[in-house]
Amino acid sequence: MRTPLSRIRGLGAAHHGTEHFWQQRVTAAANVLLLVVLIGIMVTLVGSTHATVVATLSKPLVAVLLVAAIISVSIHMRLGMQIIIEDYVHTPFRKVVLLMLNTFFTWGVALTCIYAVLKISFGL
Amino acid sequence: MTDMPARQRPISPHLTIYRLTWTMVMSIVHRVTGSALYFGTLLFTWWLVAAASGAKYFDTANAFFGSWFGQLILLGYTWSLVHHMLGGIRHFIWDTGRGHGPERQTLARMTLIGSVAITILLWAMALLLRS
Repeated sequence: MRTPLSRIRGLGAAHHGTEHFWQQRVTAAANVLLLVVLIGIMVTLVGSTHATVVATLSKPLVAVLLVAAIISVSIHMRLGMQIIIEDYVHTPFRKVVLLMLNTFFTWGVALTCIYAVLKISFGL
Repeated sequence: MTDMPARQRPISPHLTIYRLTWTMVMSIVHRVTGSALYFGTLLFTWWLVAAASGAKYFDTANAFFGSWFGQLILLGYTWSLVHHMLGGIRHFIWDTGRGHGPERQTLARMTLIGSVAITILLWAMALLLRS
């Protein structure tokens, strides 16, 4: 005898349950908190010299917040673009290729940005 | 069956037959701004990599972002980000079960008015701090 709860746990058509939905919400909440702070910092950096920008970005707190934002934003935009592809592309081959490119693009952006932040933070 | 020519079947009506409503437009704009931000991350990546590569590269990136074309892109970038963020907060309100009644019109309007107002505020702050 299975309870209704145990039957829906981790299931659904894709066997992922509400994971996609929930991850999108968690990263959305993180994005709001992180980006409000980072937009504030970016506003102060408008028109600054290279030395000033590097000095600000190498502060440990700023660097950690930036890396956190990059990770959260990348997951969020991978999930978002996945939905758009699944909504509009119905040819199986094209869909699989685009979904793969979506993963490559978002990981590429994330790793490049994190590398740049760490390089700045640890000293050029 | 296979050599029969494909019959032209009537297709179901799509977006073009509906009267535009605020909630519908805001839903489309949420997706459009999301896509713009997706590709816009390339600009942010360029800026970060330029900063990590040294003053010479950074000045090149800065010159682009400082040009009228760069500024136009950044203005669109700012608005897209703020609009998508407010749209996301609207989604959070819906997630709690609220905002599905007639007030959804107000919520949709507030998203647009709010995003324009916050964008102007951010740019005004940036220009004031710069001078």
